[in-house]
Amino acid sequence: MPAIDAVTLILAIPAVAAAVLALLPGYRLSAQLNVLASFLTLVAALSLFVAKPEPGPYLLVDDLNIVFIALNAFVGFTTSVFSASYIAHELETGRLTPVYLRFYHAMYQVMMFGMNLALVANNIGLMWVAIELATLTTVLMVGIYRTHEALEAAWKYFILGSVGIALALFGTILVYMAARPVVGEGLDGMVWTILMAHVAGFDPALLNVAFVFLLLGYGTKVGLAPLHAWLPDAHAEGPTPISAVLSGLLLNVALYAVLRFKLLLAANPGAIAPGPLMVVLGLTSLVFAGFMLYRRRDIKRMFAYSSIEHMGIITFAFGMGGPLANFAGLLHMMMHSLTKSAIFFTVGHIAQVKGTQKIADIRGLTVTHPLLGWGLVLGVVAIAGMPPLGIFMSEFLVVSSTFAREPLLAIPLVLGLLIAFGALMLRIHGLAFGEPTGSTAPVKASYLPMAAHLSLVLMAGFYLPPPLVAWFQHVARLLG
Amino acid sequence: MHGLTFDVAHMFAGGLVLVSFMMLYQDRLYALLNVFALQAFVLSLSVAWQALVQDAPHLYVTAAIALILKAIVIPVALHRIVARLGIHREVETVVGVGLTMLAGIALVALSMVVMLRVTGEADPLAREDLAFALSVILLGLLMMVTRRNAVSQIVGFMSLENGLILAATGAKGMPLVVEISVAFSVLIALIVIGIFLFRIRERFDTVDVGALDRARGERL
Repeated sequence: MPAIDAVTLILAIPAVAAAVLALLPGYRLSAQLNVLASFLTLVAALSLFVAKPEPGPYLLVDDLNIVFIALNAFVGFTTSVFSASYIAHELETGRLTPVYLRFYHAMYQVMMFGMNLALVANNIGLMWVAIELATLTTVLMVGIYRTHEALEAAWKYFILGSVGIALALFGTILVYMAARPVVGEGLDGMVWTILMAHVAGFDPALLNVAFVFLLLGYGTKVGLAPLHAWLPDAHAEGPTPISAVLSGLLLNVALYAVLRFKLLLAANPGAIAPGPLMVVLGLTSLVFAGFMLYRRRDIKRMFAYSSIEHMGIITFAFGMGGPLANFAGLLHMMMHSLTKSAIFFTVGHIAQVKGTQKIADIRGLTVTHPLLGWGLVLGVVAIAGMPPLGIFMSEFLVVSSTFAREPLLAIPLVLGLLIAFGALMLRIHGLAFGEPTGSTAPVKASYLPMAAHLSLVLMAGFYLPPPLVAWFQHVARLLG
Repeated sequence: MHGLTFDVAHMFAGGLVLVSFMMLYQDRLYALLNVFALQAFVLSLSVAWQALVQDAPHLYVTAAIALILKAIVIPVALHRIVARLGIHREVETVVGVGLTMLAGIALVALSMVVMLRVTGEADPLAREDLAFALSVILLGLLMMVTRRNAVSQIVGFMSLENGLILAATGAKGMPLVVEISVAFSVLIALIVIGIFLFRIRERFDTVDVGALDRARGERL
């Protein structure tokens, strides 16, 4: 084994970059360095597909988390490109000062470090620490504008996030308690690979209670209703690149933690089935968010509710379980990350050029800013689940597998999807078409990240490469 | 099971729950901070006792952190903040004391019922520690929801963390990683909180979270 492998790199690059960015004045260079560091992390993450290191006591790369790592690094990279053009504008308008930008860039890399660490952790304690780190950095980023609303959002996020994190820690301790009689005291009782190997002998009652705490704790971070209250505010008031990574990545990381513990429970014959709990939470989030979409007046807040809706669908799919539903869940997670961050990229530029986030004040985008306008239309069409885009395919798979197995559950599922669809169509019509309002000044936007994401989503709707399908099928079987 | 070992550990864990109850009915901030310091002190005694009986010297570190940071440094710092903001006379409970106490009793009963039932096979000390820890956690949560003032919400959160440390030390042989991380997280949380308090003061001259509840961006 070489001294420095790819796993070390995806942790070391963000950590070093964060330290450098914290010291470096001058935002132009920092922004470029941020992009470079994110790109290097992406390269390191992709190299994991070629050579996978052996699991150690702290770090682990297996077939499940490699998907998450690659997605994380990719969206992290494209968002850093978007962020470079976004913050230039924020600096011009004086919403951010150079000192805050320095802080912003350093925090961006710390957040990437936290998320990567959470994904590769082979230790439930370490994973908890990493998720807490990522949460705390995003709290700071959400409050960075220091407006009244931003502070309210950050405070709410901090309080709810901490409570969630605390519940998750209690669940983690309970898992250790359950493992102790079987695997013995000390470090072994917290290592995934060892836990998975011995879980059949654990006390099922203790595991059940632990899972309830873990699901509620990490579920708060996934943004599942009724624990979602922090999510819309945090998305609406923070800088838009942070909204993009929150929706596209942090929610996934928390969901990954839930999935890991679901696997643990599924391997114990005496424990309750974790699926139904996840199904209920998922459906609640979906239907609730679908209705809430109608009353939104703030564009970023609207897409935040759409994230709750989609996390609901994904949780539902994983809760249903089985190869087909798990496949659909994985695909949907990937498609949602790509689409939602692309939407936030366009929304960020739109809000900057129009100087407002109020939906009522933004009209006729396709006339004033054709590229942004049509990009937004395409993104919303995709997120609403219209064919032929990628999300249609994954939603179709979720719905059809549900109809085949539990037709009764399919009714609220389809209802929720249709409600959300109606709301999004209603809003996008006003935003994109009609008499233009507001500023028509041209934007200095970087269209590349948006175009890359949307073309991937469009491509996935038509054609999924067979190796990718085989990989997803393999992971779906692993998930049971 | 040695009788004395068990009884002392039991006393400290029960003491934590008792102090949690005392926090529920404090309606002056200074008094609340003093009771919190007392809770952290009891926690450090409890952790030190566990270190002694489990023969786990690394737990002394956790006990020291609880004593120095949570029983002394944080309460003093919060005292100063409260004094500087001039909010020491603010009474800010959302629900009445009687109702809060009743809810607290119900929560403790709930955690006893849940934890004692599911941990039948674990050793009695760990069992009761877990039940008490869950009580402290739930009481901390209760305090966070029944208070409107940012400072007392922080205190509620920290008392919740005290419950977590009690659980972590009760679980025999739990790796050091976790204890340090918990202590560390308190530190980070403090930094965050400090920044928040600072910013909140700068902007609105109040730390009443109710004042933060005005604009929602979309309520026109």
